Amino acid sequence: MTVATDVLLEATGVAKTYGAVVALRDASLAVRPGEVHALMGANGAGKSTLVKILTAAIQPDHGSITVRGKPWVARSPAEARRGGIISVYQEPALIPDLDIRANLRLTSTPIEPFRHWLAELGLTDLDLSDLARDVPLASLRIIDLARALAIEPAVLMLDEMTAALPANLTERVLEVVGRQRQSERAVIFISHRMIEIAAVCDRATVLREGATVGVVDVTPGSEDRIVELMLGEIVQGMSATDQRAAGTEGRAATPRLSVRNIAEGTKLHDVSFDLYQGEVLGVVALEGQGQDELFDVLAGSVRPEGGQLLVDGTVVSFRHPADAIRAGLVYVAADRAEALLMQRSVRENIALPFSARIGQWGPINLSDERTKVNGAITTLQIDTRAAREVRRLSGGNQQKVTIARWVAGGVKTMLCFDPTRGIDIRTKNQIYLLLRELAAAGASVLLYTSELKEVQLACDRAIVIFGGRVVAEIDAADADEPTLLRAAYNLRSGEVLPEDIAAEFVASSADEANAEPVATEPPPSSPEPDR
Amino acid sequence: MSAAESTPARNPYLTAAGWRLLFRDRPMIPLLVLLGVLVVASEVARPGIVSVGWAGTILRAAVPLAILAGCQTIAMLTGGIDLSVGAVASMSGFLLATLVGGQGLLGGIVIAIVIAALAGLVTGVGVGVFRVHPLIMTLGMSLVVLGLANVWQIVMVQTGGGVPPSLRQLGTGTLFGFIPYTFAVFLPLAALILLGLRRTGYGRMLYAIGDNPVAARLAGARAWQVLIVLYVISAILAAIAGFLISGLTNVASVTLADSYVLPSVAAAVIGGTSIMGGRGGYGGTIVGALILTVISALLTSLGYPEAVRQVLYGAIIVIVAAAYTRVTGET
Amino acid sequence: MSAASTTVDTARGRPAEAVIGWIRRNAWTLGLIAFFFVLLGFTRVIQPTYGVTGIQGLAISVLPLALAAVAQAVVVIAGGIDLSLGSMMALTSVVAASQMMGKTEEFGVVVVIGVLLLGLLLGAINGSLVVLTRVPDIVVTLAMAYVWAGCALLVLRTPGGGSAKWLRDLVLGSFGNEWIPKAAVVLIVIVAVIWLPIRRSRLGLSLFAIGSNQLAAFRSFVSVGRTKVVAYMLGGLFAALAGLSLTASTGIGTPVPGPYTLLSVAAVVLGGVSLAGGRGGLVGPIVAVMILSLIRTDMTFLNLNTNLATVAQGVILIAVVMFGTLIQLRRERA
Repeated sequence: MTVATDVLLEATGVAKTYGAVVALRDASLAVRPGEVHALMGANGAGKSTLVKILTAAIQPDHGSITVRGKPWVARSPAEARRGGIISVYQEPALIPDLDIRANLRLTSTPIEPFRHWLAELGLTDLDLSDLARDVPLASLRIIDLARALAIEPAVLMLDEMTAALPANLTERVLEVVGRQRQSERAVIFISHRMIEIAAVCDRATVLREGATVGVVDVTPGSEDRIVELMLGEIVQGMSATDQRAAGTEGRAATPRLSVRNIAEGTKLHDVSFDLYQGEVLGVVALEGQGQDELFDVLAGSVRPEGGQLLVDGTVVSFRHPADAIRAGLVYVAADRAEALLMQRSVRENIALPFSARIGQWGPINLSDERTKVNGAITTLQIDTRAAREVRRLSGGNQQKVTIARWVAGGVKTMLCFDPTRGIDIRTKNQIYLLLRELAAAGASVLLYTSELKEVQLACDRAIVIFGGRVVAEIDAADADEPTLLRAAYNLRSGEVLPEDIAAEFVASSADEANAEPVATEPPPSSPEPDR
Repeated sequence: MSAAESTPARNPYLTAAGWRLLFRDRPMIPLLVLLGVLVVASEVARPGIVSVGWAGTILRAAVPLAILAGCQTIAMLTGGIDLSVGAVASMSGFLLATLVGGQGLLGGIVIAIVIAALAGLVTGVGVGVFRVHPLIMTLGMSLVVLGLANVWQIVMVQTGGGVPPSLRQLGTGTLFGFIPYTFAVFLPLAALILLGLRRTGYGRMLYAIGDNPVAARLAGARAWQVLIVLYVISAILAAIAGFLISGLTNVASVTLADSYVLPSVAAAVIGGTSIMGGRGGYGGTIVGALILTVISALLTSLGYPEAVRQVLYGAIIVIVAAAYTRVTGET
Repeated sequence: MSAASTTVDTARGRPAEAVIGWIRRNAWTLGLIAFFFVLLGFTRVIQPTYGVTGIQGLAISVLPLALAAVAQAVVVIAGGIDLSLGSMMALTSVVAASQMMGKTEEFGVVVVIGVLLLGLLLGAINGSLVVLTRVPDIVVTLAMAYVWAGCALLVLRTPGGGSAKWLRDLVLGSFGNEWIPKAAVVLIVIVAVIWLPIRRSRLGLSLFAIGSNQLAAFRSFVSVGRTKVVAYMLGGLFAALAGLSLTASTGIGTPVPGPYTLLSVAAVVLGGVSLAGGRGGLVGPIVAVMILSLIRTDMTFLNLNTNLATVAQGVILIAVVMFGTLIQLRRERA
């Protein structure tokens, strides 16, 4: 325990709900001056919400925050900044249509310290009169960081600062962050890369499901303790595994869906796998490892830059989600705001795909529609008391509607992207069971999940993606949470050092970032780190 | 299982917060109340004014507005707006007046509607395929249509006044003194729009791409197809309204319907159609058109100048839109 | 290759490249200006008598629309749109005309100041309604267009009133050299005095910021709501100036709004201001107004139907927006 006076920033009992969704239940955090403090937690644990509350971008429902022992009240990010608390967000906060100099003036950033930090961070040759929209993403993040450092904040929060950076810049950033210790400042550091946490952080606060579950001193070997805290007790909940198809012998010869060397954007590099009829295949990955892009490609939203898709052994090319749907690939998004007509009724939402094609624009056969819709409502046990507008349903019921839409029309291959994010345990179990039932009825399900325990609950096997590549394939029987999490962090019994892959991944993503339409300068050549 | 259609046993609208619910779920009821209040107010302000003849005048004046407001309704459901209805309506009315001599009434109507539909097609391609903002696209189209109509006017060396007598009779006549003949056109159109929005796949798509274009796309819808058809329908409706307006006023000029454009948007907004898309319907719009017409008549009967009517129009739109945003905007 | 982003090339200290960069960034506006002069030359060719009077007439006739375009541009840059511009012009114009009628020249100064304050007030009301009600800009300003137009009719039922002589002299005639119309000088002075200091200030940057990306603006410590109200106030101020220029150039006030609202939107788009906000300037829209007006003049000289000019305006408007959208789509795909 630390003495109160020794704490620079302390938050206790912070809670925040958005409608029915609980983002933070009971988060606390104590940061000492001169330390780099890691904020850890699985996807959706509430890290970003806590950061937003500390910088007063949003106001908490409950909880108290003190700075140097005094209550801290800030009503806007500007006030928080004047009080010395500043954050560098995941998306750069620069105005795309202003040049860098104007962006600095907008935020009243002193220019000489900014230049100093820019040099420290290794971005030496920046033209301040470039429009922010023409600057590569990696450079924007460095600019954002330098801009924050230039005002000498008391507490600096870095949210996934290194995610889009090439290896050499990452190194400089970590070095600069480490040096902040010498002053009386504090850095709150959010990252999914254990290796960086180990390299630069002193202590780590671990969040799970919106609550602080532990504070760990970062020492060699503390990774396991952190992983353990992030997982919590392993719930031996209802298991759907008993319904599982009996191994591989029942598989058809041709996979329902074959993915071959798919590459897209800066994050998805080379993913291949097969999805067979009657199976639920899990996809496990940390945030931002290319899974979003993979599902976008499979759903027909984005055309891949490389690789091939085969459905039932035939090569397919999707120009529009309608093509994917015609090929039997239907997509259930995690973000319900992306999938639902929030102002429309449950029935219209479920019936949405029925009239999507131009040949279906005629009069609706109401009784036929009602039969199908009500069948799906019954199958998914959707609570229809507030059926007039989908946005008034609970999150779980909303998610059921997005699934019901495809169940109602009959489904061959369902692509589920984290379908149980932010919904209650009972609904989660219903969804697992439904997925198993669909598989038992001969459908194929691809299930990306951020909740590792779902893999054993719902899947037959799982693939693990890291840095845009499949790094492991694990049978459900062996896919307990520690195994999956280690695989997701690409930690493997000390043989393969994660930074190899990490460095490779970030280096190639930097290539992509630079491939963006930059002004007209030719890409300056620079030595590539040897691999 | 008819749970989707079930209504709560107790009437939840009788509580204090219930008024908000009522406004949100059944905006028709407060709108009809408002219309009733306005009618009563007319009677109070000018005792004896509310009569069968008065009703006929109101309905006759409201029909073209309601049709043009129908254009705005379907455009606004998709998150768009159609400012070209005025130009298209005027052009069609004018075209009909100039063609009726040579082509006959039916021929003139067909030609005018086809030309209007072509204009709508161009608008639809601009909005749907080239993704030009509907405001700009329809604004540009109205300049084009107005200009071409003007050229036509000079080519024909024939100004207004050629409104065919049958059209004049259709526009001004009433049955039993209060059912305007124009209802013969309006009622089928209104039924078509109402049913089309609720009971056809196309209607569902209008709501869908307005509510959430991403979700519609993920469900397999191609927005450009929906938008092209939408603006063609809108232009055809505008053309029909144009015929009725020239019949009603016995004027055919290339700027005849311009003064209807903003009221048509206002009627749709008052009727509860959100300009952000995905919410609303034609029933509310019709009541909205009636409300605007009654207000206008009331103010005229009180001897208030045009000016007061305009100020009131504006104030009502802001207040109603703000009220809708308030009750529908939260979570 | 991985370190490519560390060496973003620089133009610092190399004036030639700085100039090239500036030209590239203002390519659209420069192109418009070049096109304007080409058009002037063309006018001279088809109508050799087009000269001093032509230029003066052009300057006077475009002044109200140019100021309206400026007003619209400020609001659009901040991510809004003001469909009540024409009505605000009518209202401010009739207030000026009715108050100056038969009064002393000195009192005219008071009226002008009062009308400018009125413009700020009208804009503040527009902006506050947009921010407080959260109703889309289009709806609020469309509704306010009625309100302001109605108020204008209440002030003056029919065109009338008068103008102080000094105000008329301000825009009529030329300034020193007969090739420099006063109206043009007035326009330049107004824009320079009001916009330049703002453009360079934190406020100006905030206007661009909220139009460009509201979230990034919020995270760059900009007060989004307040900045939006200021944008509408500036729009109101320029609309008042446009209204005054109407009174000055015609000598009376007309209570019925002219076609300025929609034409100002067209001019703004043609002038290179993105309707999505955050991009553009004020010079482009002004030049666009002059081009549109000159095209109309040329068509008369060519004995073409002037109505074709309306068609041309519409076609140009649509074509420019389509062109812009296509470029943007291609950039997104790349």
